[in-house]
Amino acid sequence: MTAGDDTFPKLLLRNAARFGDRAALREKDLGIWRETSWRRYCDRVRDFSLGLSSLGLLRGGKVAIIGDNRPALLIAELAAQAAGAASVGIYQDSTLTEVAYVIDHCDARIVVAEDQEQLDKILDMIDNLPNITNVIFSDPRGLRHYEHSKLMSFEAVEKRGREMDPALFEANVARGAGGDLAMICYTSGTTGSPKGAMLSFSNLLTMALSLHQVDPRRERDEFVSFLPLAWIGEQMMSVAAALAIGFTVNFPEEPETALHDIREIGPHVLFAPPRIWEGLNSQVQVKIMDTTPFKRFLFERLMPLGGPLAEWLLYRPLRDRLGLSRVRSATTGGAALGPDVFRFFHAIGVRLKQIYGQTEISGISCIHRDDRIRFHTVGEPIPGTELKISDQGEILSRSPSVFMGYYKNDEATRAALDADGWLHSGDAGYLEDGQLVVIDRIKDVLRLADGTQFSPQYIENRLKFSPYLKEAVIIGKERQYLTALVCIDQGIVGKFAESQKISYTTYTDLSAKPQVYDLVQREIDKVNQTLPAAARIRKFVLLYKELDADDEELTRTRKVRRAFVEERYKSIIAALYGDQRSIDIDTTIKFQDGKTARIQASLAVRSMEEAAPPPTGGARRAQHPTEAA
Amino acid sequence: MAPLLEVDQLSLRFGGVAALQDLSFAVERGAIHAVIGPNGAGKTSLLNCISGVYRPWHGGIRFDGEDVTRLPPAARTRRGIARTFQNIALFRGMTVLENLMVGRHVHQRTGTLAGGLYYGRGRREEIRERERVEEIIDFLEIQAIRKQTVHTLAYGLQKRVELGRALALQPRLLLLDEPMAGMNAEEKEDMARYVLDVNQERGTTIVMIEHDMGVVMDLSDRIVVLNFGQKIADGTPDEVQRSEQVQNAYLGAA
Repeated sequence: MTAGDDTFPKLLLRNAARFGDRAALREKDLGIWRETSWRRYCDRVRDFSLGLSSLGLLRGGKVAIIGDNRPALLIAELAAQAAGAASVGIYQDSTLTEVAYVIDHCDARIVVAEDQEQLDKILDMIDNLPNITNVIFSDPRGLRHYEHSKLMSFEAVEKRGREMDPALFEANVARGAGGDLAMICYTSGTTGSPKGAMLSFSNLLTMALSLHQVDPRRERDEFVSFLPLAWIGEQMMSVAAALAIGFTVNFPEEPETALHDIREIGPHVLFAPPRIWEGLNSQVQVKIMDTTPFKRFLFERLMPLGGPLAEWLLYRPLRDRLGLSRVRSATTGGAALGPDVFRFFHAIGVRLKQIYGQTEISGISCIHRDDRIRFHTVGEPIPGTELKISDQGEILSRSPSVFMGYYKNDEATRAALDADGWLHSGDAGYLEDGQLVVIDRIKDVLRLADGTQFSPQYIENRLKFSPYLKEAVIIGKERQYLTALVCIDQGIVGKFAESQKISYTTYTDLSAKPQVYDLVQREIDKVNQTLPAAARIRKFVLLYKELDADDEELTRTRKVRRAFVEERYKSIIAALYGDQRSIDIDTTIKFQDGKTARIQASLAVRSMEEAAPPPTGGARRAQHPTEAA
Repeated sequence: MAPLLEVDQLSLRFGGVAALQDLSFAVERGAIHAVIGPNGAGKTSLLNCISGVYRPWHGGIRFDGEDVTRLPPAARTRRGIARTFQNIALFRGMTVLENLMVGRHVHQRTGTLAGGLYYGRGRREEIRERERVEEIIDFLEIQAIRKQTVHTLAYGLQKRVELGRALALQPRLLLLDEPMAGMNAEEKEDMARYVLDVNQERGTTIVMIEHDMGVVMDLSDRIVVLNFGQKIADGTPDEVQRSEQVQNAYLGAA
C-alpha cells in the first residue's frame, strides 16, 4: 500500500487498476458462482456513489445499511464512503425498535435495505423517522405492489449515477483522507442502548496491516463472508483487509447454505466465532456416532495417533469434508472457545488461533502466534499495540487503531478512553508469559454473601464447553451459594435421548426428563471439580425454552443479558434458593413473527448433593414396565 | 377476455353417489379462487375432473376457451394446468433438484439419445432447463436442500418441493389440493406467502382447496362453496361469509 491510498475508495481504485479483471467478489446465485471483477466492482461503486450524491448525500452524511451478506451491500458501503459519507451497519436480525434507534441516532437520511424482510421493518417505522429521504432496496422480490414515495431500487440509483459526470467520482474520492470517519459500528451493548463507535479509515487500515504482519493474507486468497456485515470482525475482513491486500470475497447463496458453500470455495482464510467451530466439531462427532462400527473404530484409533498414516486416512479427508483443506489462517473470536474444540482442530492439522479485541480498537488487539498457541489465552498484542493491566485488573490497550469516540456520546467516550489514549476494555484479565488471559467483564466479577469472588461468565463458559449444554446463567451475587439456569442443546441431547430410548416431544418436554437432568448433573459436576469449593454450583434448573435474542435475553451477538434474565426468571431463582423441589411455570413466549404461545410446565429443581446415578444401564428396563406385564 | 377456466354443468357419479351435481363456475385470469366445503363435498373430485384424472359424466370444462373435457391429463399439462396433491406425491428417493427437473420434462424436446449423451442440443436444453429450475429453487428459498433426497425432508418442506415441481411445469393454472394441511402455524404462514407470490410475481391463476378458513379468507379473490356435490355459494370472501346457506352447511341449520 502506498502512502497515498489511505481510504477504502482509494484502495478500490488502485485495485481496479492493478488487478483489473481478477475476481474481487463472487456470489452464488441460481446455483452458480458468479464473479465481479475489481474493475466492475469499482464501476458499480462509482455509479451507486454518484447516484447517492444525486439524491443529496453530502460529505459527512451517513448511510445506514441492513441485510444479509451480499455484494450490493459492500458496494453501497464503499459508495457512501466515496461520496465522503460514513456507513452505518445494522444487524439484519434486529427488531423494529433496534433498527429505528440506530437509524435515528446516527442521523442517516438514506437507508439501503437488502430485501422485503428488512424493508418491512423500515417502512413500519418510517413515520417515526422523518429525516429519512430515501430507502433503497437491492432485492425486488415481493415488492411489486409496494408503493412509497421514498422507495427506490438499487438499479434506479445506479442509473441516476450513470447520468452524472464520472470525473466527479474521482474528485470525490481524492478529497477523502485517512483521518475521515469511515463507519459507525453500533456495539450490541450488554447494558442499555447501543453505542456508536466511530472508526476512521486509518484506524481500520492500520489494524488490517498490523494483523497482516503476524497472520499474512495473500492476493490470491479466498475468503467467505458469512458473518453479519454490521459486525466489526466482518468489516475488518471483507472490507478493510480485502481492499488492502486484494483477496477475493465470496458470498454464500443463503445464510443456511454458508457451511456448504464454504466447502465449495475451500477458503484460505476463515474467521468465525466459537459457535461455528463448535458446530463443525459437533457435526463430526454426531456423524461419527451415526456411522458404521468399523468407521467409528478407525476414527477412534486414528484420531489420537497422528503421523502420516492418520494424516492420509483421516485428517486430510476430514479437512476436505469441513471445507478446511486449503485453510492457512483459521481464527476464532468474540467469545471463549472450549479446549476440546481447539484440540480437535489442531489435531486434524488446522492451526486455529484465538483473536481478542473490541470494536473500539477496530476489532483486534491480540492474536495467537503460530508457534505459541495456548488454548486458554488470547495470544499476544499485534504489532503497534501496547497492552497493560491496570491496578484494578482491567485490560488496557493503546494503538493507532483506537477509535475516534462514540457518536454523540462524549460521556461514554470519556469513560472508555483516558487522557493518555488508553482504551479501557472493561474486561478483567492478566498476562501469562506475555500472553493475555481474559477472565470476564470487570463489572461481572461478583461476590457471594460471604465475600467469595466468582466470575459467572467464566463458569458459564466452562459449562458451555460441554456439548450437551447450549446456554447457562450462573446466579449468586450476594447469595449464600451459586446456582445455575441451564439450557440444553436440543440436537445433541436429542441424540442422547434417542440412544437411551427416551421419547420426547418438544424442547420443553426433553428438558424435563429426569435422565436429562442426570446427564446435566454429571456435566456440572465435572466443572465443579475445577472450581474452588466455596464457589461451586449447588443447585440448577433446566429452562423450558432456549434463551433468545428476540426475547431480549441475549444480545445480538448471543451474550447473556444477566439483569434481564434474572428479573424475568426471578420466580425460578427464588425456588433455587428455597426448599422447593419443583416450580410450576405458566407463561407466554413470543415468536419472531410476533405471535405468542402459552407454556405450562413443571420445572424440577435439582440439588447437586443428590447422588447422580451412574451414566448408563439399569434405568432402561424400568422405562417399559408394561412390556413385562 | 374470457375466463381462464370455465366449469359448465359438471356432474360426476360413483355408482349411486353423486360426487358433483350440475356444477358451474368460472375462474378469472390472475385470480386466486378457493374451493371449500365440508368433508365429502366433492372438492377433490372437482380438482380431479379439471386435471383430467376423472372423466365427468356430464358437462364440460373449458380451459382458455378450449374444450378440454375429453383430453387426457398429460395433454392438459402441456396446455398449462398443473397440480399438487393432498398427500404428497413426490419421488421419495430422488433429490429435490431431480424432482423439479422431472417437472421440466414436459417442456423438453430432445430425444433420449441426445439427452442421454448430454451432447449438442440435448446439452443446451439441459442447461436451459436447469436454469429454470434454479429460478424456482431461488423463488421458494430451498437452496439449502437442493441436493437432499426428498424423503429425508420435513413435511412442510416436502409440500414446498411439491409446489416447486408444479411450478416447474410453468402452469397458467395451478391446482392446489390442501397446500397447508398438516402444517404448523409458521409453515402455513410461509406457504401462504409463496401462494401469494406465485400469484402476484408469476401471474399464475390458482384454484385452491383449503380447510383453514383464515388462510382462505385472507388469500382468495373468490370462493366456491360445495356441499354434497352442489354449489351453494360463489362469491367474494365477504359475500360467502354472510351467506346463510354456507353457515347452515358448516354449522347445521338453526
